[in-house]
Amino acid sequence: MADPAVLAVAEHRRGELREISLELLTAGRELADAIGGELHVAVVSGDVEAHADSLNREGVDAIHTVAVGEEFDHSVYQGAVEALVDAHDPTTLLLPNSVNGLDYAPAVAESLGVPLVTDAIDVAYDDALTVTREQYGSKVETTIEVDGDRFAITIRGGEWPAATGAGEATIESFDAAVDPGESGARVQGYEEVGDGDVDIADADVLVSVGRGIEEEENLELIFDLAEAMGATVSSSRPIVDNGWLPKNRQVGQSGKVVTPDVYLAVGISGAVQHVAGMKGAETIIAVNTDPNAPIFDIADYGIVGDLFEIVPELIDDFE
Amino acid sequence: MKVLVTVKEVAEVGDDFAIEGTEIAESDLEYDLNEWDDYAIEAGVRLAEDGIADEVVALTIGPERSEETIRMALAKGADRAVRVWDDAIAEAFLDVDTKVDLLEAVVDEEDPDLVLTGVQAADDAFGATGVALADRIGFEHAAVVNDLDLDADAGVANVRRELEGGVEELTEVDVPAVLTVQTGINEPRYASLRGIRQAQRKEIATKDLADIGLSPDDVEGALTVTNMYEPESESDAEIIEGDPGEAAGRLAEVLREKGVDA
Ligand SMILES: Cc1cc2nc3c(=O)[nH]c(=O)nc-3n(C[C@H](O)[C@H](O)[C@H](O)COP(=O)(O)OP(=O)(O)OC[C@H]3O[C@@H](n4cnc5c(N)ncnc54)[C@H](O)[C@@H]3O)c2cc1C
Repeated sequence: MADPAVLAVAEHRRGELREISLELLTAGRELADAIGGELHVAVVSGDVEAHADSLNREGVDAIHTVAVGEEFDHSVYQGAVEALVDAHDPTTLLLPNSVNGLDYAPAVAESLGVPLVTDAIDVAYDDALTVTREQYGSKVETTIEVDGDRFAITIRGGEWPAATGAGEATIESFDAAVDPGESGARVQGYEEVGDGDVDIADADVLVSVGRGIEEEENLELIFDLAEAMGATVSSSRPIVDNGWLPKNRQVGQSGKVVTPDVYLAVGISGAVQHVAGMKGAETIIAVNTDPNAPIFDIADYGIVGDLFEIVPELIDDFE
Repeated sequence: MKVLVTVKEVAEVGDDFAIEGTEIAESDLEYDLNEWDDYAIEAGVRLAEDGIADEVVALTIGPERSEETIRMALAKGADRAVRVWDDAIAEAFLDVDTKVDLLEAVVDEEDPDLVLTGVQAADDAFGATGVALADRIGFEHAAVVNDLDLDADAGVANVRRELEGGVEELTEVDVPAVLTVQTGINEPRYASLRGIRQAQRKEIATKDLADIGLSPDDVEGALTVTNMYEPESESDAEIIEGDPGEAAGRLAEVLREKGVDA
């Protein structure tokens, strides 16, 4: 087995491989081609055999299974990845920019002493590694050149297509000599954040409200609009953080994924974690005072304007 | 127990902005306390109010201007603050490793039992400093914490980590630890007038690289920003023009076409 150019680390939760694992394979293959070398994949904990089969897609050269523990444990992941790097010497570590990815990737990069770039939306290699990422709430993109001969990158979900096609990877079990029992952080269980009064995932039309609404009292305006339109009210995260709406109304990465026919985003900037929950809506409409708000990049229709002027007019129209 | 809270003043981009080289024009930036750090400060101050923490120290890497922001942390109840800055820092791109170098030096001096950081900074959104710091200083850690119950006697923090899709992980973390704090963990207070007055009298210790035993070479990171640009919009969004009445009327038509009607 040749040394890999890229070692990608898969992610799974409660028995299911997460979609980002397959996206990592696509990004990993691209980068391995640019660097010149193999793409290896690691899968740690849980039913590694089954996961290895699912990860065996076109372009993957080798899969290393580390059969220790069941669920994500950051010290097991860290230990396994570091042992794999020791044994196989990859140029690039490619990890998911997920909540769990961010719970171990920085520690791995730190202890290996390799530069880390998180939340990549594009990567390229031409004598040096360059990574594209967003800054200032997606208003600008930056290209970052990384100095060094080993790198760690976490990639944003949804930016690369999932790898397809059956692969011919060698699958080998790897003894990483890690012990979950020694971890200083012990997972006690999981909890689903409850469903409340409505299921926004069922709604055909959502009027979604963001921080642009400014005050809790002003939410009344949004409920009036929703009633006039026959729509359901959902929101971005800050509205829920403020305790103005229950958690079951939150759209996004840590909230609900919704796919309504119409999603009317009022005073929502369109942060990546919000967009993750609503980009599948059939028609996206945004009302926002800021013409540069990233929500306009995914909208089908937009009004650049003040919601406090637009919404009352819209209510009038529907009443 | 001593709690150290890392705090960052973040830059926000106004509605109109210009890019100059690889930076946003200074005049188009506004500065504010990082949203995630506000929740971390609140978590620290509550530990003090609950009698668990004896001292809450706010730590920032930032220029003189950022003292305004740090005062907010003091006004909300942090006992004192440490600000690290140096001309050499101003010139570098502060990558995760460099930030950790700087923070580690202060942690060595302060010797905290718990470090609280925000999950990410709103401007560069690396989301990595807390966990990297934990590894460096040999603390346990948990990322994206939206609930904290600290049992000082048992030496553990019972936390919830907010995973994707509305799932929370319940985890017991040995202390000393670094926790990266997610919004929604609490309700950050507003600084009271009294708090603001008191903050004026609280200490902000300023340290340059030499003070913390580092040299300008230590802040030369591995990352260089080579380009900054406004992303090309792939959207073919139809922008509805007109005064509010006209625009709303036209939008109502569009909505009706899409089958919306009460
Ligand atoms: C791990 C993690 C998970 C997250 N999960 C989620 C999630 O599930 N869902 C989610 O939404 N966020 C999530 N976030 C937070 C996310 O990063 C953003 O902070 C959040 O989405 C911003 O919400 P917003 O658009 O309402 O607020 P802002 O970004 O503050 O935007 C407010 C917008 O309103 C506009 N505006 C202001 N006044 C007016 C007016 N009068 N009329 C019209 N427009 C106006 C402004 O121009 C601005 O664009 C998560 C973050 C992290 C780190």
